[in-house]
Amino acid sequence: MGQTLTRTLASAIALSAGLFATAAIAQDDITIAMQLEPPHLDPTSAAAQAIDSVVYTNIFEGLTRFMGDGSVVPGLAESWEISEDGTEYTFKLRDGVTFHDGTTMDAEDVKFSLDRARAEDSANAQKALFAGISDVTVVDPQTVKITLKEPDGNFLFNLAWGDAVIVAPESIEDIKTNPVGTGAYTFSEWVQGDRIELTRNPDYWGEQPAIATATFRFISDPTAAFAAVMAEDVDVFTAFPAPENLPQFEADPRFQVLIGSTEGETILSTNNKQAPFDNVKVREAMAHAIDRQAIIDGAMFGYGTPIGTHFAPHHPAYIDLTGQSAYDPEKAKALLAEAGLADGFETTLHLPPPSYARRGGEIVAAQLAEVGIKAEIINVEWAQWLETVFKGKNFGLTIVSHTEPMDIGIYARPDYYFQYENPEFQALMEELTRTTDPDKRTELLQQAQRMIADDYVNGYLFQLAAITVAKAGIEGLWENAPTAAVDLTGVKWTE
Amino acid sequence: MRRNLILGTALSSLVLLAALLSFVWTPYDHAALSIPDKLQTPGPEHWFGTDHFGRDMFSMIMVGARTSIAVALIAVGIGMGLGVPLGLTAAARKGSWLDEVIMRGNDLVFAFPSIIIAILITAVFGAGAVNAIIAIGIFNIPVFARVARGAALSLWEREFILAARVAGKGPARISAEHILPNIANLLIVQGTIQFSLGILAEAGLSYVGLGAQPPTPSWGRMLADAQTMVSFAPHLALIPGLAIIVTVLGLNLMGDGLRDWLDPRIRVARA
Repeated sequence: MGQTLTRTLASAIALSAGLFATAAIAQDDITIAMQLEPPHLDPTSAAAQAIDSVVYTNIFEGLTRFMGDGSVVPGLAESWEISEDGTEYTFKLRDGVTFHDGTTMDAEDVKFSLDRARAEDSANAQKALFAGISDVTVVDPQTVKITLKEPDGNFLFNLAWGDAVIVAPESIEDIKTNPVGTGAYTFSEWVQGDRIELTRNPDYWGEQPAIATATFRFISDPTAAFAAVMAEDVDVFTAFPAPENLPQFEADPRFQVLIGSTEGETILSTNNKQAPFDNVKVREAMAHAIDRQAIIDGAMFGYGTPIGTHFAPHHPAYIDLTGQSAYDPEKAKALLAEAGLADGFETTLHLPPPSYARRGGEIVAAQLAEVGIKAEIINVEWAQWLETVFKGKNFGLTIVSHTEPMDIGIYARPDYYFQYENPEFQALMEELTRTTDPDKRTELLQQAQRMIADDYVNGYLFQLAAITVAKAGIEGLWENAPTAAVDLTGVKWTE
Repeated sequence: MRRNLILGTALSSLVLLAALLSFVWTPYDHAALSIPDKLQTPGPEHWFGTDHFGRDMFSMIMVGARTSIAVALIAVGIGMGLGVPLGLTAAARKGSWLDEVIMRGNDLVFAFPSIIIAILITAVFGAGAVNAIIAIGIFNIPVFARVARGAALSLWEREFILAARVAGKGPARISAEHILPNIANLLIVQGTIQFSLGILAEAGLSYVGLGAQPPTPSWGRMLADAQTMVSFAPHLALIPGLAIIVTVLGLNLMGDGLRDWLDPRIRVARA
């Protein structure tokens, strides 16, 4: 009797499992995990990448936008005209675009957003993007004209950033907790410390995406991240934190591993105003003391591309300058001796939580010790890092990945935390902003790359790899990370 | 049981020997990275294998033993050095306000789980071996104060103490000359047990990143580093885990054995 019952039950379960399997074909929900939870959801008032990962192109859109391959394409602006002298951009906005609260998106909203971002008291984390704007005028509800102080070859690229998205004056008050944008997804719920849920926007101006509901989950611990993917608790993990586990995912037919490139130049940031780092010989010595490949293999299990300057290798203007600072401990010792530091010196090495920094830092410290530089490792949390290193500039060395796209301009800011002050470089950046000719721009960018490599401003380690682990049946995820984003609009399940 | 004492002493000595030996000899330089040799399994070349940076695990375990023992030993020293005098004072002044203050202060520290106090202290004053020592030392104080006070109280009722008082000795002198030697056995046993708890606490603090900082090897941090690699390199976690087990088991067995051995009542019964 008992056995029959068990058998009946078993077949009932098998049957229902079969039913569910059939239902799964039409799966239109997705769970995406990432390591850090956003502090709030306003991309226009904070630098936190986690905000963009959730909201960029999903909730908020800009006049232009990035695609997964890094190209810039029209966003809310359908088309644009650039005046002969390159200082006037006239954007034609898309028709029938509404915000999630039902209000229409028109030229007034564009003016509001850009004026807000470039205002004196603006909290925008990338105000430099808008510094060149002298005026924004509403021509008619569908047309907006932006006047620049001088031509800026980067302007359309700048407008694609998450910091330049279009927001509405009607909903700006609560943007941090209830973001209202124009994107294909509306914000539904945020359970702090656990998840954020987005729902497909039926009134979206563009094509309806395949995924109806998306859940973002936050799993900071690398071990828990591994377990969550293995247990299939999450469908996608972006910026997967434990590269050592990738071979296991690659060998498992349930998963796919996407390896792409990011805009993250991982560097050994050096306090250029602090002795002895104010001596270029010392910085050059450190550059030769570091074995990049050992760091990539040891800290990232081989994922990452060596860089010799602050520039992304996948960019057409990139030049490989790694040879200039090749691993040569003998030369490093000689240079230190020339600088009068034959016995080495002591400094600090602040390490934020990601494994590229913590593990990379242990390797860097050991390599520096080989040439006599004793770097005391200080592990810090992000808040502490921002406070002491980034704002306080109270550090000798630190390891951090600069993930903003095309951010070589930070070297023109003498008050930036690594405090590189070179008027020549600043002039070069100004010239670059004025230049619109692509060939000339490439030349200037290459000149800039060489200049900071010649000055050994920071130790250039490697370009962070974009590591995404996903279930096998998912298509349309970005392989590369031209900006922090999880663009859901192209994602779908194939099985 | 005598067997516990022998086994416990043997295990503890093994760890102590490894720690002492590491000052003069380790098979490899414990801090030398060699990325191409990473994640080797235990074998004739590297007895305990290599870690994710290609460092020799055996050397790291030896030097890690040094870290663990040093931290636990000094911490127990702090606990004993401050706790015992406090306990003796409280016993000598039994019932006075001083006794109340000391013992209620102890209760306060006791009210928090020890590891939480240690995490609190290192989180406030910064991570590092020195702060770990202080943190573990502080939560050891009330343990010793209580043991000392409890044992001393019963002694204060005894005739030989009365004789000493009649001879004109003050409470401080009596505590030092008559009470302390008579409770030394107990304190040694307690010290052994606290020592093993100290090793565990140090490993716990290092595991959450609040103990000894890299490159100083520490068993707790070796465990933490191994976490994401357990599935393909289990030796990274097993070896420091076993080191902690052997040490703590050894010390606890030794403590048990010592108690039995030193306890006069059991000794009498055996005789």
